Amino acid sequence: MHRSEKVWLTLSFGMIMLFMLATGYQSYALEMGPPSNMETIDPQKVDQTAPFDNPGVKQIGDNEYEVVMTLQVFSFNPGKLEFPAGSTVHFTLTSKDVVHGFQVANTNINAMVMPGHIQKITQKFDKPGEYLVLCNEYCGAGHQMMATTITVK
Amino acid sequence: MATVPHSLNDKSVTRSFKEKTGKMLGVNPQDAKFTKTYMFVAFAALLLGGILGLLQGLNRAGFMELSPQHYYQVLTAHGLLLVVVFSGFFCIGYFYAAMSHTLGGLLPKVRKMAWTGFALKIAGFVLAVIPILMNQASVMYTFYPPMAASPVYYIGLALIVVGIWLCCFGAFIQVANWRKQNPGKHVPILSFFATGVFVLLFFGSVPVAIEVLVLVLPWSLGWVDTINVMLSRTLFWAFGHTYVNIWYMTAVSAWYVVIPKLIGGRRWNDTLTRVVVIALVIMNITGGFHHQIIDPGIEEPIKFMHVFMSLAIGFPSLMTAYAMFAVFERTSRRQGGKGLLGWYKKMPWGDVRFLAPMIAMIGFIPAGAGGIAQSTNQLDQVVHNSLWITGHFHLTLGISVALTFFGISYWLIPHVSKRVLTRKMNRFGVVQTILWTVGMIFMSGAMHTVGLFGSPRRTAFTTYFDNATALSWNPYMTLIGLGAILLVIAAVMQVYAAFNLMFFAPKGEEEFPIAEAEVGDVTGYWTERWGLWVALLIIVVAMAYVIPLTDMIVNAPPGSPPFKTW
Ligand code: HEM
Ligand SMILES: [Cu+2]
Ligand SMILES: [Cu+2]
Repeated sequence: MHRSEKVWLTLSFGMIMLFMLATGYQSYALEMGPPSNMETIDPQKVDQTAPFDNPGVKQIGDNEYEVVMTLQVFSFNPGKLEFPAGSTVHFTLTSKDVVHGFQVANTNINAMVMPGHIQKITQKFDKPGEYLVLCNEYCGAGHQMMATTITVK
Repeated sequence: MATVPHSLNDKSVTRSFKEKTGKMLGVNPQDAKFTKTYMFVAFAALLLGGILGLLQGLNRAGFMELSPQHYYQVLTAHGLLLVVVFSGFFCIGYFYAAMSHTLGGLLPKVRKMAWTGFALKIAGFVLAVIPILMNQASVMYTFYPPMAASPVYYIGLALIVVGIWLCCFGAFIQVANWRKQNPGKHVPILSFFATGVFVLLFFGSVPVAIEVLVLVLPWSLGWVDTINVMLSRTLFWAFGHTYVNIWYMTAVSAWYVVIPKLIGGRRWNDTLTRVVVIALVIMNITGGFHHQIIDPGIEEPIKFMHVFMSLAIGFPSLMTAYAMFAVFERTSRRQGGKGLLGWYKKMPWGDVRFLAPMIAMIGFIPAGAGGIAQSTNQLDQVVHNSLWITGHFHLTLGISVALTFFGISYWLIPHVSKRVLTRKMNRFGVVQTILWTVGMIFMSGAMHTVGLFGSPRRTAFTTYFDNATALSWNPYMTLIGLGAILLVIAAVMQVYAAFNLMFFAPKGEEEFPIAEAEVGDVTGYWTERWGLWVALLIIVVAMAYVIPLTDMIVNAPPGSPPFKTW
């Protein structure tokens, strides 16, 4: 092996380790890990199971909200949400039918929402404006209409 | 570790002997027919798939109305035609030609198995297409439950897998037979690549076979009421990710073995080349989890371990990057080139057999970098399921893999058809390569950008009720449509070239370009220990999958019934 190759491979290895460290630091020190909630639910009994028997928005603190939301073809329930600027919002999500995605454009919200699993994701909304919420996993003939908005005032 | 040193002399003697017998016998006509048939199917699929891709691009750009139902039907077919038929058939046709060429012709038994595999795959494909056409299977090639297609679709997919297995076993028999008859010798490098590819193809498709046969088919037939959604999805990606990397390895084989010959050089270090193959084989299957970074039901430490397992696959690719540029530099210096970058002046840019795979390699630099970036948890969260991903795989598949395959087709098809690549056809190929590249840059570049803004993949034309954010994506969508138009022109040209070289080009002999190893390059025989590599592959897969799969089975929620939502 040439010296230059050893240097290249060492750099390559270093770069990969750097990516690992950055990912680990963000996941564990900054608690920015990807949405990975482990709770489950009977997908055929979502409407009868707490908290999804009562989907909606609940204020749980100063500037802090909890949203319990179901996803189904081809809608988000509840939709058209509104929060004051600076709110931290905790979303608790599940699907009543097929696999959906929960994405809010121009934020870091992006999570898969599966039947049988309860997904959780949190976001702080600082900038006022209208945010587009959309389903980003193909879920059927109306998939391109599965959207709503979050308005931050 | 047993190494078998062989003196330079007897190496060159066997080499020239092989060359002579190769010349005397030419291509085995029966093997040629096999590869020709595979190429025919592959390029027919490219034509159809390309036209469907155009419809998608035009629809998303808002140039053309297509009902959403039709859009999803078309997209399911586009995915299947290009990833299952085009790439899948090309890869097997190419490696069977390589085995025939470097191992002294296919065994009759092997040929029979591979033809049976062909028949099963075609039958499977027809069965899969019928329900798509009847609007009974708009579930994409990923068919995530609990969306449920007609059982016929899954039966078709299962037949395709069995057909692929027959081709794998055929290859194993072929290589094992050669090794028995040539004790102590290294399997020739292209057949070594073939061995790696077929090992991966076999082990990688076991999970999807389990998914389809054990979970999905009984459920779609109504024999069981519900399905484990997470388990199905995880088994799918153990396969899906591996499958993609198989084409990548196929392309890499041409980069290591064919390109040096075309530039008048010799191959990179033989041992390291084989190490790259072995590393890709051992580490590949576990990459599948990077498709599930933002899924529920998989614990964070597991996801973190999988970031490592995915990034590890980047390492052999970085070895490849070095190897390629080292070969260019070394070859050009021998031809009088100067300086670290003087090599680019010495390269045969006007030779489509070189140009296409060369652009493919250059394209892999941003493609690989993007891949490494999106394998990390937080960055994936930004781009997951956005058009960024579609942009990413049109760069990896559409540039790095497809352009390499195109480049190969310009010599392989005439080689097996006993025709030649004329200067005119070469020039045609250069234009076609450039058009394809420009089209992909437009389409993939726009997809990457608009994906970062949040535009989702697999979504028919929409403005989300004239939402301002969605409307701001429109200029990029227009670029996607324009790229698609260039691409389809290039695709039609490529298919024309393939069929012309197969049936109409002037008769003659076209070379199968395989570069020699460097003089004095001695390979450790330990690289031939496939039993060990397979054992390591199984250990790595077990490390990666036993814990999460057990968790998904033991702690599974009640399952889901089937849904038809389209
Ligand atoms: C004429 C050339 C091509 C055009 C115009 C084209 C266009 C497109 C477009 C616009 C999409 C995105 C659809 C969406 O997500 O809504 C797409 C998806 C896709 N393309 Fe292509 N493409 C071309 C060639 C290829 C090639 C050569 C391959 C692979 C070898 C390929 C593989 C795929 C795959 C796997 C998908 C994703 C399907 C899915 O999400 O299920 N395409 N293509
Ligand atoms: Cu949806
Ligand atoms: Cu992958």
